[in-house]
Amino acid sequence: MLNTLENIIPSPVIALLIFVALPLVLVSIYALFAIWMERKVAAHIQDRLGPMRVGGWHGWAQTIADMLKLLQKEDIIPTNASRFLFKLAPFLLFAASYAAFSVIPFSSAYIGSSVDIGVFYLLAITSLLTLSVLMGAWASNNKWSLLGGMRTAAQMVSYEVPTIMSVLSVLVVAGSLNLMTVTEMQTGNTTLGFLPDWLIFQNPFLLIAFVIFFISIVAESHRVPFDLPESESELVAGFQTEYSGMRWGIFMLAEYADMLLLSLLGSVLFFGGWNSPFGEFMAGPIWGFFWFILKGMVLVFVMMWMRWTLPRYRVDQLMQICWGFLIPISFVNFVLIALWEMIF
Amino acid sequence: MKTEVLTQEADKRTMTINMGPQHPSTHGVLRLEVTVDGEVVKKAKPDIGYLHRCFEKYAESLGDYAKVVPYTDRIDYVSAINQEMGYVIAVEKLLELEIPERVEYMRVILAELQRIASHLLGIGTFGLDLGAFTPFLYCFIEREKILRILEKASGARLLYNYICIGGLMRDIPDDFKTETREFISSFRPKIDELNELLTTNSIFIDRTANIGVLPEEVALNYGASGPMLRGSGVSWDIRKNDTYSIYDRFEFDIPVGSGEVGTTGDCWDRYIVRVREMIESLKIIEQALDQMPDEGDVQEAVPRRVRPKEGEVYVRTETPRGELGYYIVSDNSSGPYRVKARTPSFVNLSILPAISKGALVSDLVAIVGSIDIVLGGVDR
Repeated sequence: MLNTLENIIPSPVIALLIFVALPLVLVSIYALFAIWMERKVAAHIQDRLGPMRVGGWHGWAQTIADMLKLLQKEDIIPTNASRFLFKLAPFLLFAASYAAFSVIPFSSAYIGSSVDIGVFYLLAITSLLTLSVLMGAWASNNKWSLLGGMRTAAQMVSYEVPTIMSVLSVLVVAGSLNLMTVTEMQTGNTTLGFLPDWLIFQNPFLLIAFVIFFISIVAESHRVPFDLPESESELVAGFQTEYSGMRWGIFMLAEYADMLLLSLLGSVLFFGGWNSPFGEFMAGPIWGFFWFILKGMVLVFVMMWMRWTLPRYRVDQLMQICWGFLIPISFVNFVLIALWEMIF
Repeated sequence: MKTEVLTQEADKRTMTINMGPQHPSTHGVLRLEVTVDGEVVKKAKPDIGYLHRCFEKYAESLGDYAKVVPYTDRIDYVSAINQEMGYVIAVEKLLELEIPERVEYMRVILAELQRIASHLLGIGTFGLDLGAFTPFLYCFIEREKILRILEKASGARLLYNYICIGGLMRDIPDDFKTETREFISSFRPKIDELNELLTTNSIFIDRTANIGVLPEEVALNYGASGPMLRGSGVSWDIRKNDTYSIYDRFEFDIPVGSGEVGTTGDCWDRYIVRVREMIESLKIIEQALDQMPDEGDVQEAVPRRVRPKEGEVYVRTETPRGELGYYIVSDNSSGPYRVKARTPSFVNLSILPAISKGALVSDLVAIVGSIDIVLGGVDR
C-alpha cells in the first residue's frame, strides 16, 4: 500500500502522511456513524424514532450537529484541578486507541505496520487507556471522579487477564504474533467442507475462548453491563464528570474507537479477518476491507444491543465474574487448546 | 489509649460525600449525606426539604373544603387520584354523605388505573437506577395510555382535580369503558415482556436480591406501609384490612414478598410486589367495569354548601406508596380547622438509614429506588 502511494504521489513524505492518516479518517467516520447507529439501535429497541430531523434521512447528520455543539461549548477546567494532566488525559486516551490501529490488517493490502509482535504491541499500547482514565480522574480533583477512576482502573486491569489468556489460546493455534500472518492462515474453505477455515470453527475450545474474549472486551471498552466507569445513576458520569465540551467528546470518541478496535481484533483472531466467508467469492483487497469492517461492526452491534437490554452489574459482582469465573475458565481452556493442538 | 488511636485512624478512612439527586423523583429535593469507607456505606442520612408545599397550613387557611382538593393532588403528583380520594372520603365522612353507586365504582376504577400508572413509574425508574434504560421507556409507553384515559375524563394529565366532595367533577366520556377494556387486554402481555427484561434477568436479580433487607419487625416498628411493608412479608392492605369505598365487593389478592430469590424484604421483593399488584388492580378494574351501573348523575350527591358539624375524623386509604391518612378537625365553619396528612413516602424514607448500613454505594441507589418515594409526600 505504501509503495503504491509512493508511486502515485511524488513526495514520499506526503505519501507517508496519507498512509498514516487513513486509519484516523476511518476511525473518525466510523465514530460519527457508530454514535448515530447507537441511537438508532436504541430507538428501535425502545419503540421510538430516535433522531429524525437533522440532515433529512433518519437524522443522519445528528452526530455532526452534536460535534459542532460540543466544539462551541465552554472549556471548563476546575479551579483546583491539576491543569496539565487534566488537559492531557483525553488526548492520551485517544492517542492510545489510535496507535493500536497501526497493527490491524484492514485488508490484504493495507496494514499500518506488519510487525512480528503485533498482538503484543496492541495489548501493551491499550494499557495506556487505563493510565489516562486514572490520570483524568485524579486530575479533576473530584471525589466521585476519583471513585470512578479507581473503579475503571480495577476493572480494566482485571479484565486484561482473561482477554490476554483468550488471545494467547488463539496464538497457540496460529503460531504467530503477527496479525497479518494470523489472518492469512485463515484463508480457504476446509473445515467440514462448507464452513470457512476460520479459527473459531477449528476446535470447540476456541469457541469458549471467543465467548470469554467477547465478555472481556465488553468490559474493556466499558459497555453495559460493565459500564461502571460511567454509571450515570451512581457516579453521574464517573471519571469524566468534570470534563466538558470537546474534551468530553474525545472521551466518547475514544470509547467508540476502543469498541471498534477490540471488535476488529476479535474478527482477526476468530473470524478470519479480511477473508471472505464464501471462499474465493467476493475476495480481494477492496472486498477484504468490506468484510473486515462488516465483521467488526457486527460485534459492535451486539455490544449496542446488549447495552439497551441489560441492567448494570455492581463493582464487586464485576470482579467476581472476572476473578471467579472468567480467569479460571480461560486458564483451563488454554491448557485444553494446547493439548488439542498437540494431539491433532 | 490504643483504641482511641485506632478509632482516629478509622475516621481517617471514611469520607463524607453528598449523593444524589439520582432517582428521577429526587431531583433537587433529596440529598443523601453518605459516610463511606471505600465503597461501603457506614451511614446514610437523607437530607430532605427544598419543596415546602406547606399543604397543611394552606389547607387550614383556605377556608373552603372543596378548594383543598387540588392541593391534595400535589402531595403525591404521580398518584393524584388516590390522594384526592382519601381526602374526599374523609370530608364525606365528616358530612355523613351517601354517595351514588356509579360514582363509587368510577372512583375505584380511576384509583386503580392511577395505581397501575404509579407502579409503572416506580418500576421503570427502579430499572433506570440499575442501569436498564429500555424497561423505563416500555413502562412509560404503558403509563402514557393510562394518562390518556384519565386526561380524556378529567381534562388534565397529571393533577386531575377530578374527584370532588360528593361525586365527580363531570361524567366520564362515553367510550371510557371500551378504552379501559382495550387497555387491560393490551397491558397483560406487556407485563410478561417486563418480566422478561427485569424480573427474571439474572443481572437484575444479582443487583436486587439480598439487598436492603427490611425485616418484618423493623418494618412494623417504623410504620412502613404499602409495597414496602408487603415486600417484607406482611399481608396488610387497607383496601382489605380496613376497607373503604366499595373495595369489599371485589375479589383480589394481596401479593406479599416471600424471598423467592433472596431474603424476604429485599429490593427484589418490593419490586415484585409492585408488579403483582398491577395484575391485581387489573382484576379490580375488570370487576368494577362489569358491575358498574350505566346510568346515574355523578353530581347527584354534591352538597351545595360544605359545612360539617363540629368533630374530627381520621380516614386512611391505600395509595400506591402505602397508607395515606387524613386527620381533619371541623369547627362548623366552611373550611377545615386542622388538617394533618400522614403520607407514606415520609415514613418509608425514614427507614433508609436503618437498611442502608453496610451496603455498597451502588446498592444505595437500588435501595432508594425500591422505596419509591415521591418528594411531594416527604416535605409537604
